[in-house]
Amino acid sequence: MPTVIVEVMPKEVLLDPAGKATARALQRFGDGEITDVRIGKRFEITLNTDVTPELLEHIGELARDVLSNQVIEDVTSIHVAD
Amino acid sequence: MTEHVPDTVDNAIATPDKHQPYELLGLKADEYAQIREILGRRPTSGELAMYSVMWSEHCSYKSSKVHLRQFGQKVSEDMKKHLMVGMGENAGVVDIGEGWAVTFKIESHNHPSYIEPFQGAATGVGGIVRDIISMGARPVAVMDALRFGAIDHEDTHRVVNGVVSGISFYGNCLGLPNIGGETWFDSVYQANPLVNALAVGALRHEDLHLANAKGVGNLVVLFGARTGGDGIGGASILASDTFAEGGPTKRPAVQVGDPFAEKVLIECCLELFQGDCVEGIQDLGAAGISCATSELASNGDGGMHITLDNVLLRDPTLTAEEILMSESQERMMAIVRPEKLEAFLAVTTKWDVEASVLGEVTNTGRLIIEWQGETIVNVDPRTVAVDGPVYNRPMEYPSWIDALQADSAAKFARAQTGTELRDQFLALLGSPNEADTDWITNQYDYYVMGNTALHTPDGAGMIRIDEESGLGVALATDANGRYCQLDPYVGAQLALVESYRNVATSGATPMAVSDCLNFGSPENPEVMWQFARAVEGLADGCLELGIPVTGGNVSFYNQTGDVPIHPTPVVAVMGSIDNVARRLPSGWQDEGENIYLLGVTRDELDGSSWAGAVHNHLGGKPPVVDFPAEKALAGLLAAAAHEGIVTSAIDLGTGGLIKALTDGVLRFGVGARVWIDELQQRDGVDATAALFSETTARVIVSVDRTDDVRFRGLCEGRNVPVLRIGVTDTGSASLEVQGQFEVSVEQLAAVHRATLPAHFGPVVGG
Repeated sequence: MPTVIVEVMPKEVLLDPAGKATARALQRFGDGEITDVRIGKRFEITLNTDVTPELLEHIGELARDVLSNQVIEDVTSIHVAD
Repeated sequence: MTEHVPDTVDNAIATPDKHQPYELLGLKADEYAQIREILGRRPTSGELAMYSVMWSEHCSYKSSKVHLRQFGQKVSEDMKKHLMVGMGENAGVVDIGEGWAVTFKIESHNHPSYIEPFQGAATGVGGIVRDIISMGARPVAVMDALRFGAIDHEDTHRVVNGVVSGISFYGNCLGLPNIGGETWFDSVYQANPLVNALAVGALRHEDLHLANAKGVGNLVVLFGARTGGDGIGGASILASDTFAEGGPTKRPAVQVGDPFAEKVLIECCLELFQGDCVEGIQDLGAAGISCATSELASNGDGGMHITLDNVLLRDPTLTAEEILMSESQERMMAIVRPEKLEAFLAVTTKWDVEASVLGEVTNTGRLIIEWQGETIVNVDPRTVAVDGPVYNRPMEYPSWIDALQADSAAKFARAQTGTELRDQFLALLGSPNEADTDWITNQYDYYVMGNTALHTPDGAGMIRIDEESGLGVALATDANGRYCQLDPYVGAQLALVESYRNVATSGATPMAVSDCLNFGSPENPEVMWQFARAVEGLADGCLELGIPVTGGNVSFYNQTGDVPIHPTPVVAVMGSIDNVARRLPSGWQDEGENIYLLGVTRDELDGSSWAGAVHNHLGGKPPVVDFPAEKALAGLLAAAAHEGIVTSAIDLGTGGLIKALTDGVLRFGVGARVWIDELQQRDGVDATAALFSETTARVIVSVDRTDDVRFRGLCEGRNVPVLRIGVTDTGSASLEVQGQFEVSVEQLAAVHRATLPAHFGPVVGG
């Protein structure tokens, strides 16, 4: 069963409150080398058929239209899991 | 990618003919020419950024200013009595006694809430709360006036879900109770929902702070969140022609808020005020640093010198123009005496809030901004913030309005039987604009902080301000776009008296007004006429009622396609009450109490909920406004609350008497038996008008039998028409209109509560 991985990240220029809070927490633990954290989403989509370019294209559409909010997020990666 | 070279003042002088993309920033050719004339040269790109955002309709009020002046002119001495800060500051401040003052304001966040409903609505709450903080007050409650498209349109679900979760997310995280507001559905708002957020704050008189930069040598400090590329869609245009191929990604037009950062900012600011660390303060909202620096300088000693490199950035690739225009949330700018800086920074450090000194106050009359060692802005701040363009836009009496007013709802046959009336009543009760809004308000926390005395579904929200004495304030928001479409002058006054009456019905005494005026495009002469009439109506009405407008905002360009929204002047009235323990509940609780109708009923069904819900009709003329009757009624209610001789009071608004009776039943589940024949006889109206007419200046109250004589005496003494129309009946578990129909409490609740969940899903905590 092939699995397609879709990754979604908050748009780079927008504030990521959760990421910021996480970075501050890590810094408080003493990790001075950490300057920033950004938190995104990873979807593992399992299929019952082989991956075709058409299917990948369709998953790309779903990623843009359903899995992400294009106003504030970007789909950064779509790939088949090893 | 090549380095972005900032456009300096020297460069602007050297290259006078360089083309500048002013149209893309929303400036007209004559406005651009005016800027060149003011400066005596072409603006730098940084100056152009500042002028373009500050001269926008949103920031400059260029189309509305000539009309809004009436709010300052139509004011009596008596109206100023309690006013500590009037229009023009971040929010008005009203003295409510015992050394307490209250500041409140309502503001729109309409367009962002359509593009990205969740963040748009959330940052709308955040923005209005910062206005309250910047007056020196602790925010104590929020409210929201919402307008969505048709309830059954496929896109409405997206907008409603996003907006409501955005408001609840931000408000609940801040720990502020959401105590009221209103929600309407109408297709005119389909691609242009209205999200008007209100915040109210309390302060001791001595804690009042203003937005001005006084004291030469005082420091300008930016603190709070870092500056990023939020909400600066337009600014990238300025940089693009100096970027190499493949230039910057287009900056998004939306902002993302962080309510926890704002909560910390509230506490941090209050401690700064307490420690007397701040001379002047301004929140950063629309137009960000451009707005804060130019307004602070204009309102103070007139000059400011800033080094933009000192702004702490979230995104180091931002250009100077983008930094000037960024609308990153949760930021404030303070003016601090040099000797107080250490104490100031000690407080910000304690709250883990970042701060940086940008520059200082001067008396040169110039706002000078440096970037990488060069001067990129050198302007008179008043030309940016105060003396922007003012337009006397052409106005035209709408071609369609006579025909609309002639199309009265009188053409519809009236109900002949009780069954027919009952069917109409249930259709009205389940219609989207009369249905229960639990689906929305249950997502809000309305008890947090423990000072909430009244909240939705009560007609007004009420908050205790002083925990010792019980001193409190009540607030209500109202606007009936349907009435305003029929007649904007009367419609705006109807919004005012409705809001005024809602506050009075809680037992509080109305004191002040804030308004959020939502209209279509000011470049449409018919819309401009609507706007002018609405403002005139509101200003005249406030003078009649003796309560001043303390602030608010104007939102133009609200339209779906080419069709403007119904004029929607949302009016928020604030009133005070000596002790919230004396508030009037909006439902009955005990057996055998008399139900009285105060005021007279006329046959006024044009534009009513009945016309809309039963006949899908909008036409005719709105109800008559009677200011003396409203004032008499408000006086009576305040006296009755003070003396404790009424046990509940419910305002008659949309849906008329029958809707008010239903509210009385459903609030605590106690039934009632009412009769309308005497009312029909006294006022000369039929049963339909008696039940559904939306005549103003009416309230129903319940009175314990032992207080009957005192109550009637009070009405007589104050010349308020009164009629006993029923009794509460705990045993019957129904609302019975004698000789007409009877509906069980269970069925009333089912019909009232079914509509929103049917479209949007189950009620939270329902």
